[in-house]
Amino acid sequence: MSRKLVIDPVTKVEGHGKVTVHLDDNNRVVDAKLHVVEFRGFEKFVQGHPFWEAPMLLQRICGICFVSHHLCGAKALDDMVGVGLGSGIEILPTAEKVRRLGHYAQQLQSHSTAYFYCVVPEMLFGMDAPPEQRNILGLVEADPELVKRVVALRKWGQEVIKTVFGKRMHGINSVPGGVNKNISTTERDRLLNGEDGLLSIDKVIKYAQDGLNIFHEFHEKNRKEVDSFAEVPALNMSLVDDDGNVDYYHGKMRIIDKDKTIVAEMDYHDYLDHFSEATEEWSYMKFPFLKDLGREAGSVRVGPLARVNVTKAYSASTPLAKAALERFHDYTKGKANDMTLHTNWARAIEILHSAELIKELLKDPDLQKDQLVMSPPEGAWTGEGVGVVEAPRGTLLHHYRACEEGNITFANLVVATTQNNTVMNRTVRSVAEDYLGGKAEITEGMMNAIEVGIRAYDPCLSCATHAMGQMPLVVSVFDSEGVLVDERVR
Amino acid sequence: MSTTTKNEVASHELKATPMDPSVQAARDEKIQVAMIGLCGCWGCTLSFLDMDENLLVLLEKVNITRSSLTDIKRIPHRCAIGFVEGGVANEENIETLEHFRENCDVLISVGACAVWGGVPAMRNDVSLEDCLKEAYIASPTAVPQAKLTIPYHEDIPRITTKVYPCHEVVKMDYFIPGCPPDGATIFKVLDDLVNGREFDLPASMNRYD
Repeated sequence: MSRKLVIDPVTKVEGHGKVTVHLDDNNRVVDAKLHVVEFRGFEKFVQGHPFWEAPMLLQRICGICFVSHHLCGAKALDDMVGVGLGSGIEILPTAEKVRRLGHYAQQLQSHSTAYFYCVVPEMLFGMDAPPEQRNILGLVEADPELVKRVVALRKWGQEVIKTVFGKRMHGINSVPGGVNKNISTTERDRLLNGEDGLLSIDKVIKYAQDGLNIFHEFHEKNRKEVDSFAEVPALNMSLVDDDGNVDYYHGKMRIIDKDKTIVAEMDYHDYLDHFSEATEEWSYMKFPFLKDLGREAGSVRVGPLARVNVTKAYSASTPLAKAALERFHDYTKGKANDMTLHTNWARAIEILHSAELIKELLKDPDLQKDQLVMSPPEGAWTGEGVGVVEAPRGTLLHHYRACEEGNITFANLVVATTQNNTVMNRTVRSVAEDYLGGKAEITEGMMNAIEVGIRAYDPCLSCATHAMGQMPLVVSVFDSEGVLVDERVR
Repeated sequence: MSTTTKNEVASHELKATPMDPSVQAARDEKIQVAMIGLCGCWGCTLSFLDMDENLLVLLEKVNITRSSLTDIKRIPHRCAIGFVEGGVANEENIETLEHFRENCDVLISVGACAVWGGVPAMRNDVSLEDCLKEAYIASPTAVPQAKLTIPYHEDIPRITTKVYPCHEVVKMDYFIPGCPPDGATIFKVLDDLVNGREFDLPASMNRYD
């Protein structure tokens, strides 16, 4: 008898998703889908609001990567008022560095939450462990000292964010052309040296390195399972600087293939010339792809795995992360890495990289300077802006237009989780075939393997439901004589 | 939470590896709490983690059952407290909120979206149809010549025409305002309730953004 298996809701992710898997009479996977099941409509209801409200309203898309949305909005507004990296009139160094500090801190905090609270329990207990155990509660019971360190690490990241933005979540610092405040020496020293109840930066770096070692040890013991789990091909996209290395705050969009050959590269202002987005009836989340290559060949992966695949090397000023990245690159001998669970390896490397970047940045005296906002020259208003950053989950883009009175007339958002839609669906299908295909009896633990594959992307289904519509997470496998049906719309 | 058809099996109904009985027994003695995010940004759930080391203090007395932080997909037994983030924006949100009301003694609206609808309720000023058209039909990235599609499928919930605060759908017992309320505020409320004290949110802890 054919069956439809459902995961509802997908858990240990942000937002609402569902998976459906259809098995035929012989228990073969006919279809498997991730559905995003919510819709919020930010692109429409932000219209009519004053342009400067955009970074405040649109950061409410997401409670975990609000800094990314805030800064993406701020960069788009820099464009709109006629200053900033897009216009060739650079904002002041203090402003850019304060923004970067907040951005790196958010990457540390967001990645730490995803990695330690959601992924590490599954590595330590197994993906078929009791559902009540494979989470932070199980970690508290098994290793409370580790949980204390995890809490302290996340707290430190949030305190950096609070120092920059005034509160831990949905704070305000970036304004068109710059920032509202700098970082005082007292604030800087507190973050560098720590205090009672707050780590020092050196402890943060140590805990980050320890966190990466958890993956290394897990990988050592489970090499075959980790490497063979959902190896799914996809192009990789990241923002890069002129040397071809990742820049989380700014750069050009670069897309590489398996051999790390550049297949496309663009100024992000031209994104509409390069990307289209398909819509399916079964998900509120769209499916972006490169127009030139078409949907099947032109879907990209973004996020930690994509970034470490694209980037050539980290700077010598972040030595621990640099060594960690070299070890990662050596593992696939210079080819791009398509192994889904290695995304968690990449995420742990980026926690370390963020911590070292923050240490370097906190010592920069530009943070204490008091020229914060670049005023645009006469007649510089353009009425249109595009902002981009590497958010924790990947390349994030905001695009706005405003009328002469300054009210928003158009908003388009292309978020990281949406970019990953196709590759996540490929992952769901791959895991479903490997773990469920041909099995008469299916257990909860086998179904969780699908969620483990999804969690590797740390999808933010809240983010993906702003403008691109709802993001229901459903994996469907249909009964059709074992014929594989791709991109099936019902 | 779509309706289960005869050949449909949910993962949480399948045989799972059982918990160690002694560990489960220790959890069962604690105060049971369930958590959910409805239509919001998940920020209040993360603000719950912002209580930092007090999380470990709280977990000495509290067991978390259903939550996006665990893999427990439905409330497994009666809970003392339900922590609800987000407002109501689709039919699944309604079913979930009713499930929480039926299975929790006390329900708390946590944060602006649960309390009054929050930023997502800004769409109440425009029609749902216009929101969907803007996202799927008028989109600048729409595929040229492709059939225009607005998602509609048995596996995704239908969207409500307006976004509602939780108390317009079921009775809510307590409210914590803020976008988000900070970790200390969330800890104070939960710590008071699990220690038998009255809900008491002083004006000094109210947040308006």
